[in-house]
Amino acid sequence: MPKKQLKVDAIKNGTVIDHIAAGKALSVAEIINLNSSDEIMVGINLSSRKTGKKDIIKIENHELTADEVNSIALIAPSATLTIINDYKVTKKIDLELPELINGLIECPNHSCVTNTENIKTRFQTIVNETISVRCVYCEKKYNVDEVNINV
Amino acid sequence: MNNLISMRDLSKQEIERFLDIAAKIESGELRPDISRKLAALLFFEPSTRTLFSFETAVKKIGGETFSMIGTSSSSVKKGESLHDTLKTISMYADLIVMRTTIEGAARYASEVVDIPIVNAGDGANQHPTQSLLDLYSMVKTQGTLNNLTLGLVGDLRYGRTVHSLVQALKDFNPKFYFASPAHLRMPSSIIHDLKEKNIQFEEIEEIDSIINELDIMYVTRIQRERFPSLEEYEKVKDSYVIDVNMLDNVKDNFKILHPLPRVNEITKAVDKTPYAYYFEQAKNGVYMRQAILSILLKAI
Ligand SMILES: [Zn+2]
Repeated sequence: MPKKQLKVDAIKNGTVIDHIAAGKALSVAEIINLNSSDEIMVGINLSSRKTGKKDIIKIENHELTADEVNSIALIAPSATLTIINDYKVTKKIDLELPELINGLIECPNHSCVTNTENIKTRFQTIVNETISVRCVYCEKKYNVDEVNINV
Repeated sequence: MNNLISMRDLSKQEIERFLDIAAKIESGELRPDISRKLAALLFFEPSTRTLFSFETAVKKIGGETFSMIGTSSSSVKKGESLHDTLKTISMYADLIVMRTTIEGAARYASEVVDIPIVNAGDGANQHPTQSLLDLYSMVKTQGTLNNLTLGLVGDLRYGRTVHSLVQALKDFNPKFYFASPAHLRMPSSIIHDLKEKNIQFEEIEEIDSIINELDIMYVTRIQRERFPSLEEYEKVKDSYVIDVNMLDNVKDNFKILHPLPRVNEITKAVDKTPYAYYFEQAKNGVYMRQAILSILLKAI
């Protein structure tokens, strides 16, 4: 336990995204709107008692927006968020995949109304062995890996 | 119910209500009246057949229509957004029937305007009024929608009507045979959905071996443009032509449906058999569309 405590305490203020599926940390980092001044630590393929291997991201002085949290849930549903204030854990959030994702996903279907009119996309999430999303407008279904996510 | 956008939105009960109202309109038990109501028929993608069917349906129950066919005559060509076109027309009309090549356009329309939207086809996505009239034709000829054995024949890959038909029947315990050329098979997403819902189906390449088992055969057109070469088209095209000699031992209740227009996939000789039902099917479309309009305009 003391060793784990040390890891979390390593930042003063900010967010720790833990238990990211191994290999997904860089995809997660990509969708978070990071500032060039943000201090970020990324750990890849760390040993985890729960899942064997995991990735972790720690961001100093950065509070995630709701959109960012939802996007993380899409590509790393097993992740946990911890908010650190003055070296102390002030909040732990288990990610929950919302039923509807608003405006974050581009519909890959060129004939879709979201690509011909200037409107926000809306995708329904479907969880099976993998996560897929269905466009509320054209009703086409895609695997999360097949779509572009923009926060 | 405020709009008819997709079969995906309809519960089994809602589907049954549409069928029930259509039957009561046909029998004369119900006489809905939408007089002084104005239906805008916006056919951004032309389809004379569907347009005529809707016009007939509106007028048979006392309503009025104005229509727009194609995009050339409209403000859409002048660069007006779909949003503004719909918004403006909703100031005049009581209901909009729309057909476009843009997938999801009808759903979007229902979010933009306050009057009911009827989707008369949005690209390769949905055509719910066709699906409902298909179901109505089945229930009329079979007495029920439950436990039917159906053969879907032809272009199953691009055929929007067969996709929504499969979806529409999911709660009625159907058994499907999918007969198509190898590269025009049912899309994998639909196959996946069927497996998930434990619906019985089999993919086959020829019809002869199963035709005597069927209650309904739903035939669609195989278009030459869908084939990589004329040669490949010629090779398979005759395997999916329905002729009288195939009908010797079919069940008594067997019926052939087709969304029309037909080219050569059902021979004219079949028209004279008791199994041909495609023209009645088109007529059923008018009753079903009267039911849809009456329900959405709260005239029932
Ligand atoms: Zn779409």
